[in-house]
This record gives sequence, C-alpha cells and structure tokens, in this order.
Amino acid sequence: MTRYDLVVVGAGPAGLSAAAEAAKAGLSVCVFDENAKPGGQLFKQIHKFFGSKEHRAKTRGIRIGEELLAEAAAAGVEVVLDAAVLGLFAERELTVRVGDEVRHVKGDAIVVATGASENMVPFENWTLPGVIGAGAAQTMMNLHGVRPGKRVLMLGSGNVGLVVSFQLLQAGCEVVAIADLAPSVGGYGVHASKLARTGVPFYLSHTIVRAEGTDHVERVTIAEVDASVPGCVFVPRSEKTFDVDTICIAVGLTPMAQLLNMAGCEMKDDPARGGLVPVLDAYGETSIPGVYAAGDVSGIEEASAAMIEGRIAGLAAARRLGFLEEGAFAEAVAAQEAALAGLRKGMFAPGNKGKVFEATDEGVPIAKNLLRKGFLSEEEAKRFWLDSRVKPENDNRYSGVHPVIECTQNIPCNPCQDACAKGCILVGADITALPVVGKPEDCTACGLCVASCSGQAIFLVNEDAGDGFAEVTLPYEFLPLPESGQKGAALARDGQALCAAEVVKAAAPKAFDKTCLLTMRVPKEYAQTARFFKAEVGA
Amino acid sequence: MNDRSRDIGTFIPGADDDMIICRCEEITKGEIRRAVHDGMFTIAEVRRMLRCGMGLCQGQTCARLVKGIVAAELGVRGTELESASARSPMRPIEMRVLGRDQ
Repeated sequence: MTRYDLVVVGAGPAGLSAAAEAAKAGLSVCVFDENAKPGGQLFKQIHKFFGSKEHRAKTRGIRIGEELLAEAAAAGVEVVLDAAVLGLFAERELTVRVGDEVRHVKGDAIVVATGASENMVPFENWTLPGVIGAGAAQTMMNLHGVRPGKRVLMLGSGNVGLVVSFQLLQAGCEVVAIADLAPSVGGYGVHASKLARTGVPFYLSHTIVRAEGTDHVERVTIAEVDASVPGCVFVPRSEKTFDVDTICIAVGLTPMAQLLNMAGCEMKDDPARGGLVPVLDAYGETSIPGVYAAGDVSGIEEASAAMIEGRIAGLAAARRLGFLEEGAFAEAVAAQEAALAGLRKGMFAPGNKGKVFEATDEGVPIAKNLLRKGFLSEEEAKRFWLDSRVKPENDNRYSGVHPVIECTQNIPCNPCQDACAKGCILVGADITALPVVGKPEDCTACGLCVASCSGQAIFLVNEDAGDGFAEVTLPYEFLPLPESGQKGAALARDGQALCAAEVVKAAAPKAFDKTCLLTMRVPKEYAQTARFFKAEVGA
Repeated sequence: MNDRSRDIGTFIPGADDDMIICRCEEITKGEIRRAVHDGMFTIAEVRRMLRCGMGLCQGQTCARLVKGIVAAELGVRGTELESASARSPMRPIEMRVLGRDQ
C-alpha cells in the first residue's frame, strides 16, 4: 500500500487544480486518471473560454489544459494515467488498476473529481451506428483528428451542442440542423448566432422521431412537440426529414458520482445539478471527513467553475492536514470564492436554470428571436445597439471604423473591455453586464476586441468606406482562410445570402490567437446586416 | 415506494416496447416495463432480474433511461426512486488482473 497526503481521482480541470493547489502548499499528491492523456475534457475545448482574466478568459481550453498540467508538474504532482480507480473504501483507501495489476493506495485526504457522463435519449433506431454523443464527436475531431461524419444533425442547443456544432463545421462537416425539445436555445446566444450566420437552421420545440438506415444512419426525422399537451406528442404534419450520416446527441450530462456513493457519502438526487450528487460543505468536503468532491461530479457546470472548485478543495485538504494556517487558508479561499461568485451571476447562473427572462439586467427586453431561431432579428440587433449604445442619428462619432457588439445576454465575460487599449468598450466591475461602446470615435480598428470576444459577437463596421460601400470586419475561424480580393457572398445573421462581397483583408496575427479577422466590402446599405462571408464555390 | 400492494394498473403494450434501452445487455423498454408490472418496484430489483445496467458500461448510458421508465410505470417522479447501488469494481476489469492484487 502506498500512502499520499492527497489522492485525486480524475486529471480534468477540477482534479488538476486541486492537485496543483495542494502540492503548492506542500502536500504529496498523486492523481489517477483512467484515460491515456490527462486534462479531462479540456484538450477537446478548442474554443476561447468566457469569464474574466482571473478565469483565463479568451484563452482556448487546450491552452488552459497545458498551463494546468505545467503548474501541477512544477508543484511536484504525480499523475498516473491509464489508471482506473475501482473503489473507494473506509479509511480513504482506494483500489486502482494500473496496467495489469490492482494497487491499494491511501490518501490522508481524497478529492474525487471524476466529472460527468453524457446523457442519451432513446428514439426509434437510436442504436444504429452513427448515433453518437457530442463528447464522442469532440474526441474524434479534436483528439484524434477524425471527422465523425459528413452530414450531421445535432440534438441539443445547450452550450455543449452549440460548441460542438461549430467545431463540426470547422472540421468540414455540414450541420443540417440543430434541434431541441426546449422552446428556446439553451446555451449562450452568441454561440447560437455564430452557427446561425453560417446558415445552420435551428428547430426549437423539436425532437427526433426516428433514425433510418440499413447498417448505419442514413436519415433522421424530427418533428415539433406540442407543448400544450403533457408528454411527448408530435404536432401533426410537422415532420422534417434530413439525409445525414451522423446524429449527435447533446442533451445534458450526469455527474459520475458512483465512487462517492459507494464510499457511503451522503447523496442527494438533484435534477438541477444533473442527478445524484454528494452533499458538500462550503469547501467541497463530503459527509465523510477528508473526502472532497469538485467539478462536474458535484453538479454540472462550466470548466471554469470546476477549476475554482478544485482549487478550493485542494486548499481545504491542505488546511485539514495542517499544511495551511487558518489565516492563509481563509485569504486564499476568499479569492477563489470571489472568482467563483463572478462566474455564477447573470442569466446562466446555476440557480437560473430554466428561468425565463423578460429583460436584461440593464432593462432591455430580451431578444426572443435569438432564443427561438438562434440569431438576432434586425430589430433586436438595433435595439441592443441603439438602446445601450445611444447612437443619435448622424452622430459623427460613428463616422469611420467603430465596434458593433452583438452581445445581448448577461453572461459572465469581459475580455472585450480589457482588449481595448483606448478604453472604448466598457463592461464595468460586474462581468455579466452588457458591454457598451463608450467612445466609438477613439476606435483605431486594431481588431483586438473582435479577436478577444469568446462569443465572436464583435464586428468592426465602417458604414461609409467610400464609393457607396461599407466595410465589415468579422471574426473568422475556418480554413482555408480567404485571401484579399476573393469574391463571395455576404450572409445575414440568419445565414441567408444578402449581396456580393469582396474580401479586403484577412489577417490572423499571433495576438489574435488563431482567430482570423476578415474585412469584407459590401454595398453601404448592408453595413448593419452583413455578418458572415461565404466564398464563391470553386473560387 | 416498495408497497407492492399498490395498484399501478395493468401492463399496456406500447408501440416502442421493442426499443433497446440497455445496449450492453440488450434489454428492451418492454422488458423493463413488464418487470415493473411483475412486481419489481425498485431499480435494484429490475437490475437483478433483467441485468440492465450491469454490462460493460455499468449503466453509464442507460441508468438514467431505466430510472425514467420505471418511474413512469410506477407513476412517481424519478427523484423518488432510490438510485442503483454502486460497488467495486467501478470499471470493467479482467479477472486475471483483479486477481493480481498487490
């Protein structure tokens, strides 16, 4: 039997954070993970994260994973991979399969950070090959470089469904539709918008009726669900059939809390947290002294929150074992708790699950078209732009290039504010507040705000670029990158072709972290409606 | 919840009874519904009788679905049903490896 001060189960964002924090306090720490690579889901997250600087916002998940691994290694954390924890027993003893043998390991403290598993939804022929979880699609694309299919239907419009749909597009798949049983888009509106403007249609209040195919998925039929009747009753003649080879399921996650359950921790079946979860104190300790839980295993949330929960559990373990004085512990935990509180505000806060909002914190009526169809209507875009940015007609401060921010929900995010050296963009101390363009006349068109927006919701617009044309600069994360002079079509927020467009400039300097800024020239009247560029086929 | 004298009505065949719910053990929705009407009012009993959730993935995919089906059949909320117990080994393991206990 090997003994450590702290044993962590799971080398994902929560587990690695707990391990690093505890090891820095002086504990001997060992992390076990059943996978061949550490990082949990972080290395599949190729998008930029939300939050503020302290949450490593605008940094891509893969980079955060690399930083976390380096931090843990520098602190002396031992990470054992391909190591499946088989059981958690009395006196904090674990059995772990490592290679071809079963080892017994004891921790004076244990942090269980096993994460979550994907939910499934059964429908006719759901067992046909080609029906996969969104997480599986991400693993195939982003870890193994394998495209899951050519034509995909996504079920689920939460952040997982939206983020993975975008990654499917980036991998070269066609996403034929996003369907969701709920009446409105579940994830961030900005994630939905960046899909909608490429032409992906949203079907809310819809679910899958059946899949068809001989030995793999060849077709899928969805239909509208009658919300006025209990149960799942389809609206007659609302069926839509798509030719697809892949059906991706993103209908939520369930905490993998079985280890804690078997150990005898007090558990609670809490649908708001995703299922059976341990009952925890303020620092993540379960009902068994010295056994902690952090991350999705204690309730489904974003990775940013999981990392903070992990750090708090790591600090608590350090205090418990006498490695941290009460004062130092209180100070360190207070900083983490403040960071966590910042993330848990706004419309998508854990306590607001399923809540219907009528207006933003600022009092602007919410964008209902965005929730229903995935994109802002012209009226909505104007409402948020004009209302909160006070643009009097013919205000000459708006002549020349200026940012237009299509961020209409109170989500915890503020990199745009930090990005602007001129201080044109204001979010304020409350990071869920809507950004405001305070001084459009100071915009130097550097593009840093566009590249820093994790939701790809900032555009630079020059309404009068001469000769009856306007120029729109948009974030573009697809390959191949268009070249200047390339011709194509400008697409509206709903993905419909508006007019001919020509690329003026396409650049992805290092500071933009792989987000290309594409500037296109469109007829003047489309300055506030053209939001995506589609190259001419064969061009 | 375990009051077996409770009337849950008779078993009514459904159009989707042939749909597989537990893929590892190939247990259908109809079999699970039938088991409830045969008196298996808890997840543990349904598991022992049908082996759903006891295959390779250990219920990772179907546990939630089975719970939903059993709850619907009993006319209760899912949260009112006790979850299946969890025990070691938590992950599939070959007997020759399990025997090599250090």
